[in-house]
Amino acid sequence: MPKSTEWAVEAHGLVKVFGDNRAVDGVDLSVRTGTVYGVLGPNGAGKTTTIRMLATLLKPDGGDATIFGHDIRREPQIVRQLIGVTGQYASVDETLSATENLVLFSRLNGLSRADSRRKSAELLEEFGLTEAAKRPLKNFSGGMRRRLDLAASLISQPPLIFLDEPTTGLDPRTRSQMWDTIRRLVATGSTVLLTTQYLDEADQLADRIAVIDRGIVVAEGTATELKNSVGSASLLLKLADAANLQRARLAILDVLGVESVLTPEAGRITAPMSDPDTVTDLLLRLREEGIAVAELSVQQPTLDEVFLALTGHSATEEEAADAAKAAAAGGPERELEDAR
Amino acid sequence: MSSLTITPGASRTLKNHVSIGQTVQNSFSMAWRGLLKIRRTPEQLIDVTLQPIIFTLMFSYIFGGAIAGSVADYLPTLIPGILVQTVITTSVVTGVQLREDMDKGVFDRFKSLPIARIAPLAGALLADTVRYAIATTLTFVMGFVLGYRPEGGLGNVVVAALLVIVSSWAISWIFAFFGVIARSASSVQGISFLVLFPLTFLSNAFVSPDTMPPFLQWFVNINPVSHLVTAVRDLANNGMWTSDAWLSLLGAAVIVAIFAPLTVRAYMKKA
Repeated sequence: MPKSTEWAVEAHGLVKVFGDNRAVDGVDLSVRTGTVYGVLGPNGAGKTTTIRMLATLLKPDGGDATIFGHDIRREPQIVRQLIGVTGQYASVDETLSATENLVLFSRLNGLSRADSRRKSAELLEEFGLTEAAKRPLKNFSGGMRRRLDLAASLISQPPLIFLDEPTTGLDPRTRSQMWDTIRRLVATGSTVLLTTQYLDEADQLADRIAVIDRGIVVAEGTATELKNSVGSASLLLKLADAANLQRARLAILDVLGVESVLTPEAGRITAPMSDPDTVTDLLLRLREEGIAVAELSVQQPTLDEVFLALTGHSATEEEAADAAKAAAAGGPERELEDAR
Repeated sequence: MSSLTITPGASRTLKNHVSIGQTVQNSFSMAWRGLLKIRRTPEQLIDVTLQPIIFTLMFSYIFGGAIAGSVADYLPTLIPGILVQTVITTSVVTGVQLREDMDKGVFDRFKSLPIARIAPLAGALLADTVRYAIATTLTFVMGFVLGYRPEGGLGNVVVAALLVIVSSWAISWIFAFFGVIARSASSVQGISFLVLFPLTFLSNAFVSPDTMPPFLQWFVNINPVSHLVTAVRDLANNGMWTSDAWLSLLGAAVIVAIFAPLTVRAYMKKA
């Protein structure tokens, strides 16, 4: 079937309802084999619930989905042979050591005792965990835990890997290590479906991005397409001498051709920046005019701005509303699932 | 990353069912995990270590004189009774721990793996037979220290111990079921003890039912716990495998036949 080789994931109108909360309200996704697909959205948007349905952890209330052409409802056991899942909360056993975890999952994947040990050692080596292999996970850092979690997902070398917020809560260095690992994964032919709250993460990794909000996909496209729909980055300037503010704004108007804005704290100028290259000209001009710059930075559109642009309300608002909803229903999303 | 490229999803051979062989293998892998957990957290063995010692001591000296005239005369009645009660009480912990375990992230991975759905449950229950073995051994040792000399001999005591362990494993499926359907670990404990107390005390474990009112005698005589206690007494004290032993095994099989599928279904519904 050519259909099942072209598309790793095809979902149509997926719905999941917890009580009166429509967590996922008709999500369509098509992920091409061999690509990285990012699902971007704030907490409570329905990202995790969508992944859990695709990974056969949760039964959808409506819609249908196939993984490499296999229906998630009718052939769950086949789907499970094709996927690896790395959860938002590390899905490894806290009481066991790293080696024991990997040996256990290898055994469950049908490897022999000897093969399990060999495979575990191999994966620990690859993920830089060999030194910590025998220690109980209780003493593992967040980054080590995520790496072990990802290693556990790779035992069966699944052609499709779900990563639910793989870098949330990680420090920048560990985050970029995680990104490298994900890139190497894709190089071996895996398809990756990842969720994230960070626009830059989706930007760095994903070939295509779906922005999800309140259980529906509000935008879909490449990172560039998405960012263009949101607006450009902005340039932030702080001058050494506030007396030069007006002259600096004139220079910006002249060189960049845009109207700049004075921030309330004064002393700072913000200007939309469509072409980073022209900033060089601006800096040369400021030097010529003897205007000293104290601080210079570039601000990318934030997820909040993406949301504002796409949905007309901000991501943090959404989060607060969701927290209130969860509190009223007696707990966070996991609790709601249990209550069914 | 491995130099190997990944086999594309479309060109793999896949099946949508799990064979019995794989089910057994998966369950033993999960049991291995359970044993590792016990080894890592030996403090969870405190109940199975202390309970047999304390209860055997308490009941012998409190009831011994009043019921049988002396502690030594009471021991052949008490030890099999308290053994069954202790080990069944221990099996409640299985349900509580299963509930706690299921709330952990690792169960998400178990659910996403192409393994038999029953394996995470069966494995946990299987590993817990270690706890029953410890409680059984300590109860007999405690009895021996107090002066209990089973007439049936060591061989029959071992058979009796195995009978209790197998039966408790079967009964633990009831508490596993509560564990799967309950919302929290503490509610599992609540429901389980509500079932456990009538079952163990309304039996012939501690006293002969002769002096009980007729309706109670009726219940005590059909209570499977009574049959198990009688079977253990016959084995340990007289060295005889009686019909009560067969009835106990039959009861155990019935419990597993009812509660294992119920538990797995409830577990999968949550999945």
